[in-house]
Amino acid sequence: MKSKLLKTEKEPYVATTDSCKQCAPLGACLAFKGVEGSVPFLHGSQGCATYMRRYVISHFREPVDIASSSLGEKHAIYGGGPNLKLGLKNVMAKYHCGVIGVATTCLTETIGDDTPRLVKEFRDEFADELECHGNPSIVNVSTPSYAGSHVDGFHSAVRAIVDQLASNVPAMENTVNLLPGFVSPADIRYLKEIVHDFGLNPVVLPDISETLDGPAASEYEKVPSGGTPVASIKGMGTALSSIEFGRCLANSMGAANVLEDRFNVRSRRLGTPIGLRETDIFMDALKEITCRTIPIKYELERGRLVDSYVDGHKYISGKKAVIYGDPDMVVALTSFLTEIGIRPVLCATGAKSQLFKTAIKTVTEEILDESPEVLDNVDFYDIEETAEELKPDVLLGSSKGYKLSRKWNIPLVRLGFPIHDRFGAQRICQLGYKGTQDLFDMIVNAVIQAKQDRSPIGYTYI
Amino acid sequence: MKALNENIPIETEQIDPQEVKQELLRKYPTKVARKRAKQIIVNKVAEEQEMQEIGANTRTIPGIITQRGCTYAGCKGVIMGPTRDIVNITHGPIGCGFYSWLTRRNQTRPDGPEDENFMTYCFSTDMQEENIVFGGEKKLRAAIQEAYDLFKPKAISIFSTCPVGLIGDDVHSVAREMKEELGINIFGFSCEGYKGVSQSAGHHIANNGIFKNVVGLNDNVKEGKYKINLLGEYNIGGDAFEIDRILNDCEITVVSTFSGNSTYDQFANAHTADLNTIMCHRSINYVAEMMETKFGIPWIKINFIGAEATAKTLRKIANYFENEELKQRVEEVIAREMPEVIKVRDEVRARCEGKVAMLFVGGSRAHHYQELFKEIGMKTISAGYEFAHRDDYEGRTVLPSIKVDADSRNIEELEIHPDPERFRPRKTNEQLKKLQDEGFRFKDYDGMMREMSDRSLVIDDISQYESEQLIEIYKPAIFCAGIKEKFAIQKKGIPMKQLHSYDSGGPYAGFRGAINFYREIDRMVNSKIWKSIKAPWQESPELAAKYACD
Repeated sequence: MKSKLLKTEKEPYVATTDSCKQCAPLGACLAFKGVEGSVPFLHGSQGCATYMRRYVISHFREPVDIASSSLGEKHAIYGGGPNLKLGLKNVMAKYHCGVIGVATTCLTETIGDDTPRLVKEFRDEFADELECHGNPSIVNVSTPSYAGSHVDGFHSAVRAIVDQLASNVPAMENTVNLLPGFVSPADIRYLKEIVHDFGLNPVVLPDISETLDGPAASEYEKVPSGGTPVASIKGMGTALSSIEFGRCLANSMGAANVLEDRFNVRSRRLGTPIGLRETDIFMDALKEITCRTIPIKYELERGRLVDSYVDGHKYISGKKAVIYGDPDMVVALTSFLTEIGIRPVLCATGAKSQLFKTAIKTVTEEILDESPEVLDNVDFYDIEETAEELKPDVLLGSSKGYKLSRKWNIPLVRLGFPIHDRFGAQRICQLGYKGTQDLFDMIVNAVIQAKQDRSPIGYTYI
Repeated sequence: MKALNENIPIETEQIDPQEVKQELLRKYPTKVARKRAKQIIVNKVAEEQEMQEIGANTRTIPGIITQRGCTYAGCKGVIMGPTRDIVNITHGPIGCGFYSWLTRRNQTRPDGPEDENFMTYCFSTDMQEENIVFGGEKKLRAAIQEAYDLFKPKAISIFSTCPVGLIGDDVHSVAREMKEELGINIFGFSCEGYKGVSQSAGHHIANNGIFKNVVGLNDNVKEGKYKINLLGEYNIGGDAFEIDRILNDCEITVVSTFSGNSTYDQFANAHTADLNTIMCHRSINYVAEMMETKFGIPWIKINFIGAEATAKTLRKIANYFENEELKQRVEEVIAREMPEVIKVRDEVRARCEGKVAMLFVGGSRAHHYQELFKEIGMKTISAGYEFAHRDDYEGRTVLPSIKVDADSRNIEELEIHPDPERFRPRKTNEQLKKLQDEGFRFKDYDGMMREMSDRSLVIDDISQYESEQLIEIYKPAIFCAGIKEKFAIQKKGIPMKQLHSYDSGGPYAGFRGAINFYREIDRMVNSKIWKSIKAPWQESPELAAKYACD
């Protein structure tokens, strides 16, 4: 295949070839999936819901219902209000859901539908029916697909949920709000365990730990159980503190910032806890909130992790890695790789992010003399072009990097979203000491395997 | 709890389908129920009786979670996706291009390392806010130039997403200008997602575009005595490879496949074939009609899903060519292939006989796959299409009575005349008459309902909610649909086979495909895992206690 490029100057390409991002409404749907009893609803053409469902499902292998207002040409001309209202009514009637999360699409944003107003009208016009169906909350968020990426859609939806539902009605004692960003169900289960072990009640938003990784059940539920309860969201304004992950998340986009501004709940913005240093900071924050010592369980996990860093160093030291994906995941992985002796040579994201470069610098400057190449708003074509000269030994990111892994015959450690050519994406735990441990073992083994596979002899003692 | 997958056909017989229909409609608001009632039919089979009318190809109701996709999905994802050497540029925000990025498992086989294959790429103009406000034509033009500079393809096509039509970008004039400038074939599709009822509209737009812009451009006549086109076969899981293998062994030449494993040149050359054979009637029957009018190529409906159906199809093609040598060759191939098929079929049948299946998929698969189930003794008690029209249910005889609504009017109806140079009737009127008198049928599609049994439920555009109700009532041994339905159905303890992308399996067409399918269904319906959903102590607490004591 022709991959040698004509352009030597770093002039950006016009088209996006092999995108490294998805569109904003997809991110919003994922966030809404983490609220208890919620049905995501896309205001637009039905194809959006279908495409996003099939994509999210192929990663999680779980049912994902996303409703749509199914606009046709006529509605594109005269406005989508009637369809939106009818759609909301039908979803309420059949799902008896607690929340409907309405996200807009490029269609409805382009025609200028005023969705917040339409939702308000719906609440007024159908007050009786809402009552009859248990008064579901309707949260709306603006997610035009032509602005930002799925990462922005995700954060906008989390922020909208907090903005539209949170209050200072106390729900539970000793709560801490945890806003982890887009991490895996397994990550969320582990985060909750950590917070509990500090004697706190976590309100994790969104909580996809059960809704997108549910057990085989003898009784099927139309809306899967799990997710952040609305009552807990309502009590977020009374928490002891909020912890929000994401060094690339602007304050204006942070949900914890809303809680701080409105209810005076202190926002602690931390890096996504992958690796020793970022997890230490997370543990410190919990320690500070509770004035407790770190539970012995985590001291042991940490100790084992450091021990493995020592043991595994000989295999990976000096290896070069290319990392791509959502900005905060890339930053966290970069931080981790830096501390274990793998040299990140390229950190790339498809999203536009002004904070990305600074964040990479922050997490690498203590250890690296030379900062890695950092690119935001790029596609795999750009990544390939830059990475080719850097001669990486390993790739970290979604399934979409497989083409490069195949071309250069180097391992791809599949992380992030989407993963549809490997099994078990929803169960990848990479946060905290224990998640980092799994990740570390996975990377060391990928490097060992690559070496073993390339050997003409076939040694088993390696 | 009873094991959910326990399937007792006698119980199924006792269920009154009319009552089931009422149950499916019960929770809907009156207006919605009235509309859905037309799309849920209890099948009646009687000689000479007119088919019942089914509501099909009507808009999905907002808020009802549908299987259907959009016009763009049908155009770019389904029809144009499987062609490997055209650079497909999605003009729009990034999502649409990303989600249609080789997600249908349509396979391709380039001739050699130098043969172009753009299928693994995803090209998009990735429209940003400023393109929505100020128009995206300039960016599109630059993207086409860039694709040309980088890849030098034979052809470039452009797919419009929702905002493109709304802001008034004229993709066709951009295509014309760039075609002129670059000297390669460039054409656009107005396949905005909001157009039409489902992906079916997109199939139509794509096929019209290929017909108008590509078919007939290459007059080289391929070697081969019996030349056919295979229309409506998309090479999911390698189906077209298996079909090609069989046809090749029969010495039948495939000039072009629309569009599995296809190339630009195949399309351009399609008019040189002597027979059009149609697999998926829904997505392409109009192309066959247009090719007959313009080039004089007759068409027949065929089906390679099912071993018996494959044999029947081969004989039908041989009969069309009226050649004894071919007929004999076909019989030899069938005789060679069938023993292995029968061996596996009988083995599997012993374990599957009497179990029941439900199929809700596509525009032809829900019909074709009933053949395969029949071969292993399984009965389809309920089926329906996702995006088909009334003729796919009731047969082509119903065509004149289908009402043209605003949505169908939205799709360009091409006016076709015989090509002054290329029109060549393949058979004389006498030959055609003789064949027909002998029972040979052209343009023959009787639809799904005629072949389904009495009292079976035919449901068009089934919703997520209805699927769940249906399996709750019937507890079928297997349910077939797509990935969106898969995990919801399996959470209810019913195995779910994807018939869009075949899970990770295939091919299922032809003889070897049939064997693959028998084994796959055997694996799924006879799995023991469903019995483990409840832990032993949940299943019978006394028993668990007893073991513990012992």
